[in-house]
Amino acid sequence: MARFTPENETVAREILSRYPVPKSALVPLLHLAQEQDGHVTRDAMVHIAELVGVTPAEVIGTCTFYEMFKMEPVGRYLVNVCTNISCMLMGSDALLHHAEERLGISAGDTTPDGMFTLEGVECIAACTEAPCLQVNYRYRTNVTNESFDSLVNELAAGELEDEIPPHGTLARIRQHIPADRAAGVAPPDVNRVPVWMQTAVADTESPAGSEAN
Amino acid sequence: MAVTDAPKMITSRFGRDDAHTLAGYEASGGYQALRKALSMTPEQVHTQVKEASLLGRGGAGFPAGVKWGFCPDGVWPRYIVVNGDESEPGTYKDRMLMERDPHQLIEGVLIAAYAVGCAQAFLYVRGEMALAQERIAAALNEAYAAGYVGKSILGSDFSVDVVLHWGAGAYIVGEETALIESLEGNRGMPRLKPPFFPAAKGLYMQPTIVNNVETLSNVPWIITHGGEAYAGFGAEGSKGTRMFAVSGHVKNPGVYEVEFGVTTFRDLIYAPVYGGGIRSDRQLKAFIPGGASAPWFYEEHLDLPLEKVAVDKAGSMLGSGAVVVMDETTDAVKACLNVVRFFAHESCGKCTPCREGTTWLERILSRIDDGYGRSSDLALLMDVCDNISPGIAWPPKQTTICPLGPSAVSPISSALQRFRPEFEAKVAAATKARADAVAVAVDVRTAVPHG
Amino acid sequence: MAEDTTVDAAPDVVDDGVAVTIDGTEVRARKGELLIDAAERHGVYIPRFCYHERMRPVGMCRMCIVEVDTGRGPSLQPSCMLECTPDMVVDTTSEVTRKAQEGVLEFLLVNHPLDCPVCDKGGECPLQDQTMSNGPGESRYIEQKRHLEKPIPISDLVLLDRERCILCDRCTRFASEVAGDPLIHFLHRGNHTEVNTFPDEPFASYFSGNTVQICPVGALTATSYRFKARPWDLTQTESTCQSCSVGCRVAVQASRNEVLRILGVDVDPVNWGWLCDKGRFDFEAINSDERLAAPLVRQGDELAPAGWAQALRQAADALSGALDSGGPVSIGVLGGARLTNEDAYAWTRFAKGVLGTDNCDAQLGDGLPPEVVLGLPRATIDEVCRPGGTVVVVGPDPKEELPVLFLRLRHAVVEAGATLIEVAPARSGISDYATVTLTHRPGEVAEVVRALVGETGQSSDLGGADASAVGRARALLDQADGDVCVVLGRPSVAESADFVTDAASVLQRALPGARFLSALRRSNVHGALDMGLAPGLLPGRVRLEDSGAEFAEAWGAVPATVGLDAHGMLTAAAEGRLSVLVLLGADPLADFPDRHLAERALATVPTIVASDLFLTESSARAHVVLPAAGFAECEGTTTNLEGRVSVLGQKVTPPGTARSDWMIAAELARLMGHDLGLESPAAIWDEICTLAPSHRGVTTDLLRSTDSDAGVLVPLEREEPAPADVDSTDGVAAEDVAEAAVDQAAADDTLEAQAAEAEGVAAAAEQVAAEEAGELAEEAAADGPVEDGAEEAVASRGPATLRFDGIPAVTLAPRDAYSLRLVATRKLYDQGTGVQQSAQLAPLAPGSVLRLNRYDFERLGVEEGSVVRVASARGALRVPVVVDAGVPRGAAAVYVNQPGLAATSLVDAAAAVTEVRVETGIDS
Ligand SMILES: Cc1cc2nc3c(=O)[nH]c(=O)nc-3n(C[C@H](O)[C@H](O)[C@H](O)COP(=O)(O)O)c2cc1C
Ligand code: SF4
Ligand code: FES
Repeated sequence: MARFTPENETVAREILSRYPVPKSALVPLLHLAQEQDGHVTRDAMVHIAELVGVTPAEVIGTCTFYEMFKMEPVGRYLVNVCTNISCMLMGSDALLHHAEERLGISAGDTTPDGMFTLEGVECIAACTEAPCLQVNYRYRTNVTNESFDSLVNELAAGELEDEIPPHGTLARIRQHIPADRAAGVAPPDVNRVPVWMQTAVADTESPAGSEAN
Repeated sequence: MAVTDAPKMITSRFGRDDAHTLAGYEASGGYQALRKALSMTPEQVHTQVKEASLLGRGGAGFPAGVKWGFCPDGVWPRYIVVNGDESEPGTYKDRMLMERDPHQLIEGVLIAAYAVGCAQAFLYVRGEMALAQERIAAALNEAYAAGYVGKSILGSDFSVDVVLHWGAGAYIVGEETALIESLEGNRGMPRLKPPFFPAAKGLYMQPTIVNNVETLSNVPWIITHGGEAYAGFGAEGSKGTRMFAVSGHVKNPGVYEVEFGVTTFRDLIYAPVYGGGIRSDRQLKAFIPGGASAPWFYEEHLDLPLEKVAVDKAGSMLGSGAVVVMDETTDAVKACLNVVRFFAHESCGKCTPCREGTTWLERILSRIDDGYGRSSDLALLMDVCDNISPGIAWPPKQTTICPLGPSAVSPISSALQRFRPEFEAKVAAATKARADAVAVAVDVRTAVPHG
Repeated sequence: MAEDTTVDAAPDVVDDGVAVTIDGTEVRARKGELLIDAAERHGVYIPRFCYHERMRPVGMCRMCIVEVDTGRGPSLQPSCMLECTPDMVVDTTSEVTRKAQEGVLEFLLVNHPLDCPVCDKGGECPLQDQTMSNGPGESRYIEQKRHLEKPIPISDLVLLDRERCILCDRCTRFASEVAGDPLIHFLHRGNHTEVNTFPDEPFASYFSGNTVQICPVGALTATSYRFKARPWDLTQTESTCQSCSVGCRVAVQASRNEVLRILGVDVDPVNWGWLCDKGRFDFEAINSDERLAAPLVRQGDELAPAGWAQALRQAADALSGALDSGGPVSIGVLGGARLTNEDAYAWTRFAKGVLGTDNCDAQLGDGLPPEVVLGLPRATIDEVCRPGGTVVVVGPDPKEELPVLFLRLRHAVVEAGATLIEVAPARSGISDYATVTLTHRPGEVAEVVRALVGETGQSSDLGGADASAVGRARALLDQADGDVCVVLGRPSVAESADFVTDAASVLQRALPGARFLSALRRSNVHGALDMGLAPGLLPGRVRLEDSGAEFAEAWGAVPATVGLDAHGMLTAAAEGRLSVLVLLGADPLADFPDRHLAERALATVPTIVASDLFLTESSARAHVVLPAAGFAECEGTTTNLEGRVSVLGQKVTPPGTARSDWMIAAELARLMGHDLGLESPAAIWDEICTLAPSHRGVTTDLLRSTDSDAGVLVPLEREEPAPADVDSTDGVAAEDVAEAAVDQAAADDTLEAQAAEAEGVAAAAEQVAAEEAGELAEEAAADGPVEDGAEEAVASRGPATLRFDGIPAVTLAPRDAYSLRLVATRKLYDQGTGVQQSAQLAPLAPGSVLRLNRYDFERLGVEEGSVVRVASARGALRVPVVVDAGVPRGAAAVYVNQPGLAATSLVDAAAAVTEVRVETGIDS
C-alpha cells in the first residue's frame, strides 16, 4: 500500500480541515503515511502533494528535512539510543556499543529479520534518567546492558505489542474536534477582530482614533 | 542551603496519577483560572501576566507579558503557537508538563489566546514524544467535550480551536521562526529577525505569539493568584519558580521546580533534596548551566543564584533550565566534541558559516580526539569559531541567522580556555605518534644498504 | 491613466529618502531600499551569492554581511535583508566586515571542488571572482570534501553538479517564486542539504534555463553549452530574442562564428533578465546543418542549387510575367513576421511601391485585423502588470505563446496584488493565477465579454461561462483601481478572428480608459504591421487611403486598391487568381489555420518564391527558394508586442550565401528596373523615420543611445486614451464612414484599376484618395458639422494613425447539440523550425490528444487514451482522447502544429467556428 487507504484518506481530510492553509498539514500527513506503511513511500508523497496542493518536490523537500521520516523500510522496532551529553556522561557510548553487539548490527542498520533498526540519536529529553533510549518513540530509561537484553528479548517474543505499536505509529489517540464544538480555522487573509476582543478593541482603539482626527 | 518552601506552581499535580485526565485536573482546581479570566477583560488578563513578569522558559528568557503586547494593532487574525519542541541536550521539563499535566498547559494556552485575541492556537509537540502527543490529544478531546475549548468557551463569546501538531525530528524547529516554518509545512529553517519577529510577522505572516510549554503552564497559577502574588516569589530579574533538569554526574539526577534567585547552583547540585552532590563524591569539573548552547560554568560559579541577570552577567545563561554536571573524570575534549557534533548534525543548513563551520569544527575535534590532531588545530578551532561568532564573546555575536551556529562555539571556547592542556596533550600525543611513524619509515629506508 | 497612489511613486517621498552613511560618505537611499542595493547604486559593491535583485531576499549565504550601526553600536548584518533606515552608518571595509566575509568564503570553499579548470563557469564565476577580491587566499580545510555523483540531469536541458552547489537558494527560489514550477527543492538538512527533484519527476519548466544563468557557481549547466567554450573565448552582442513577440533582451554569445549561448539581459520594462527555454536554447537552429546556404530553383520535381543571379532573375521574371498577365492583383506576399523592421519595410516598399500589389499579409490567418492590433490604445507590459492593477486576458495561453509575458503577469498577480480576469476557451497556464477564469464555448468569447461588462448579449447562457464566475469577475472590474488593461489575442485558431474583434469592440466601448496589449506571438509581427505588411496599410500605422498620396510621392507609386489578407490570398491562389505567391519566411501549411486551403493554394499557384532559413513543408513546394539571413546574422531593428523598437545585433555571418531579406527585395526591384536606393539597414531606418508617421523621431541615434537599452516605444508621443464621451461622437461616425467607404471601394473595385501599370498606380491612388476624402467630407458634413479643431489637429499632425472603433456585434448560429466545437491552441514546443532544428528542444513537442470535458467524454463511453475519429466538414483525424476538466462542455480541444496530428486539417477558415463529431469504435 502506498497511497492512503480510503480510511486514511478520510483521516487525512480531517487533519487538513484543521489548518487555515493546507500546506500546514504536510508534516502530519507524512506521519500518517509512515504510520500506514512503516516508512514514507514515493506514492504516499505524491498522494500528499495532491491532497495539499503542492508539488511532490515540495513534499520531499519537507520530508527529508526531518529525522523521523524514513524513506526506506526500517525494522518493526526502531531502537533509538540517545548519544548526547547527559547520556554520554552516563555511559551511552557503551550502551550503544552493547546494543550493536546484541543485535549484531551497526548503528544505522536493520537486523536481517526486519525486527530491529538501531540508531544513535540526539537528546530525547530524558536526561535525568540517563542513559535512555526509545523503541518506536516509547521510552526506556536508566538502561543497563542487562535491561537492554531483556527488552530485546521481550520485543522479539512479541510481549510488548500492546505497549509498543509497530514503527510509524505515534499517538494512538487522535485529536478529534466535534463539529458542533469547533471554533473553526482562522484564515490569514480575513482581517476580522475576534468577537471577544471587539469591546476591548473598541474601548482602546477608538479614543486613539479620535485623537488622531 | 537556601532551599525555600515556595509553592509548586506548575508541578503541583505531579504527585497525582490522574492529573492528566480531566477529572483529575478538575478535582485539583483545574480550569478555575480560565473561568476567572473569562470574567475579566482580555486587557486585565494581559496586565496580570505583565505584572507577574513571567519570563519565557524556552531559552531566551524574554518577558511573556511584554511579548504579548508586541502584536501590531488592528492586524488580525493573530495566532498562538506553543513551543513544545524541547530538544536542547540536557533539557527535560516540557515533556513532563505535557505528559503529566496537559490540561494545565491547555488552560494556559486558552488564557493567553483570550488575552491577546488569538483566533487559533497550535500546540506544536516534538515528534519523538508519543506519550505527550497521546496525553494532549486525549486531554483536548475531553476539554472540547466539556466545553473548555472550541466554540463559545464556557458559554462566553470566546472561541478558539486548539490544534495539536507534531514535529518530526529536527532540533532547529525549536527556534521560534523555524517552528513557524515547520508549522507551515516547510523545512524548519529560521527566518531572519528583523523583519520576521513572530509577534509582528509570524505564522502565515500574521501576528503570532510563540511561547514555551513551561511559560504557558505558569499562566493558570498567575491568573488564579494574581500577577503580584507571582512576582512575590523569585528574585528581582526573575520572578516565580522554574523547572531545572539536573543531569550528568550527580547522585540524584532529576527535574526540580525551584524558586528563582533564592536557590543557587550549589543548592541544585549538592542539596540532598536536589542533585545530592557529585556521584561517588568526586570533584566537580564543570557544569553547563542552561542547556548545551550555554557556555560552561565551573566551581567558582556554584554560588551564583538561579537568576537570569546574574547568570547572564557571569557569561552564560539559564537557557532552557538544563544543568549538566561533569565530574573530574570527564574527558573535556570528548564532552566538547559531543556537544559540537550535536549542533553540526542539527544545523538546518541555511547559513554558510553554520552549515559548513559547525561540521568543520566537529571534524577538527574528532581528529584531535582520534589522535590525529595537529599543533595548529587549536588556533584553527578558535578562528573557525570566530568566523561563526565574531569575537567569541557573551552574549554571542553571529555571522548567522539564528543562534544555533554560535551555540557550537560555546563548548569549544569554554573547554579550550579551561582545559587547554587536555587538548594539547592529545595533539602532542598525535604529533609524537606521527613523528614515530616517520622515524620508523626513515629507519627502514636508511637500513637499505647502499650500492 | 489614473493617478498612481502608491507611496513609492509619489515624487516627494522618493526624493526625501533616507540618509545613510556608507564607508564614510553620506548617500541618500530610497525609503525601504535594501542596503545592498543602495550601496551598489552609489558605487559600493557588496559581495553576494544568494541575493538576486529580481527575487525575494533570503539572507542565507551570509556573504553580504557588513558592519552596520543603527545607533546601538556596530553589528554584522546581511545587507541583502536590511532596509536602509535614517542615519544608519555602514562600514563595508572594516576589519570585522572583511574578516567575516573572508570567513564565509572559506566556509563556502570547504565543500566546493576546486575543479575550476574544467568547470563551465570558470572565468565568469562569482565564487571565483569574490574569492579573489574578498577571500582568504588559502583554505585550511584538510578533510575530505563532500562527494556526490557528478552531474545528474534534472531535466532535458539542465544538469546539476551538487558538489559545486553552494546552496544559495537562487534556482529553487526562481522555480517557485518566479516560474511557479517548484519542481526543484532543497532536500535533506544541514551539511547534507542538496538541491534535487522528486525522483523521476524532472524540472520540466519552460523557464529552467534561467536557473543556469543565475547559478553563481557551475552547479547548474545547460546541456547545450557544457564544455563548449570558455567565457574568455566568447564575444557577445546584445540583441532582442526573436522566438516570440515579447522581445526579451538577450546577449548573444559566439565563438568562431558560431552562436554558443544566449543569456537574458535585465531590462526593466520587458524581461527582467528572464528568458523562456525556447528563446534561450533554440539558437541551435542557427547552426543547423539544414540551414539553406544557397538559392534553389525548381527543375521538375527537384529543387536544384543555383546562383543568386539565376534565382533572382527567375523570381523577377515570374513577377514581371504576373504583372503583365494578371496585373498587381495576381501577386501575393505572405509572411514577414520573421523579418527585421528594415526587411519588412523594404518588402512593403517593393510590393506596394514597385509591384503595386496590396496583397500583403505578415499574419497567417491566425492573428487579428491590423486595426485591432495597431488601432487600440496600447498598453505596455508595465502598464498591464501594474501593482494592484486589473487586467483582462482575452487571448492565447500566455504561458505557451508569450512565456515571459506570462512571468510578468504571474509576478503582478502573486507579488504585486494585481487582479487577473481570464476569458478563454479552455483553462490555460495562467488560469492558476487568474482571480477568475471564464471559460466559454468556441465562438462565444464576445458573449462572455458582454456579460462581463454588463451588456446583454444574444445567448441566454453567457456563452457557456459560469454565471457566478461572471458575476465575480464583473465585481472585480467594478472595483478596479485605475484603468483596466486588456491582453488581446487569438485564443484559438479554429474560430474566426471576428469574435475577438467583437470582444475588443465591447471592451473598448465599456471600459473607456482601457489600454490593450496585443498578444500576437510571431516574433516581429508588430514590426511588420508597423511597416505596412498588411492589406490597406502603409508604414507608420496609416491606411493606404489616408496616406497613399504621400507615399506615392516618396515611392513613386502605391497600390490602387486595398488588397487581400492571408485568407484572401490563399483563396485567390486556390481559385487560380494568383500567379505568384511570395512566402517571406512563412509556412502556411504548418501555420495557416486551414490546412486544406493552404494545400490547394500551394498546389495551384503557378509560381512560389520563398525566402526562408530552412526548407519547410511550404518552401519545399516553391519554385525559387532564396536563403535568408536570420537571427544573430543581420543588423536592424525589431518591434515587440508593446510597439517597442529595439536594436538587433549581428554576431555571426549567415551560412553560405544567405542574405538579408531587404537585400533580396532591393535586388528584385533592381532587376525589375527600380532602384529603391536602399543601401543598408541604417539607411532604411532613416527612411522609415522620415516617412512612417508613427516612427518620426525614432532615430538611429536615439535607438542606439545607452538610455535605450530596452528599446524605444513608438510613437514617441504616447497617445492618451480618448476620454469616455468622445467615442460616441462624430469622430467615430466619421471613421465608420471612412471604413465603410473603403470596404465599398474594395468590393466593387474595378479590375481595370488594379491592372493599371505600376507607373500609373500613383495617379490612380491619388485620385481614389482624393475622391474618397471628398466623399468622406461630404458624408461627414451630412452627418453633422465637422469640428474645426479636429480638422486642424489632423492637418498639423499629418494623417491620423490607425484607430480601431469597433465593429457591430457578430452573430453565430446556435450550436448543433450533437457536435462539439473545436478549440485549437498552441504549445510552446511545436513543429516550428526553431524548435525542431534544436536538438535539445525538438523532443519536447508534446504531440496532441483530443481533450474533452468529463461530461462529453463519458458520453463517448470509451477508455481514457483510446483512439477516436474526429471529423469536421473539412476532414477527419484519428487521435487519442482524454478527459480534461479545463475544457468546457461542448468543446473539443487540440494543440496545433504538433507531431503526429495535423489538427488544422479540420478547420475551414471561412467558417465562424469548426464543428466536429467524435466517433468511437475505430480502434484497430
Ligand atoms: C536553536 C534554538 C533552539 C530552540 N529550541 C527551543 C525549544 O526546543 N523549546 C522552546 O521552547 N524554545 C526553544 N528555543 C527558543 C525559541 O526560539 C523561543 O525563544 C521560545 O520558544 C519563546 O518562548 P518563551 O518566550 O516562552 O521562552 C530555541 C531557540 C533556538 C535559537
Ligand atoms: S545558524 Fe544554523 S541553524 Fe540557524 S538558521 Fe543558520 S544554518 Fe540554520
Ligand atoms: S547575499 Fe545577502 S546573505 Fe546572501
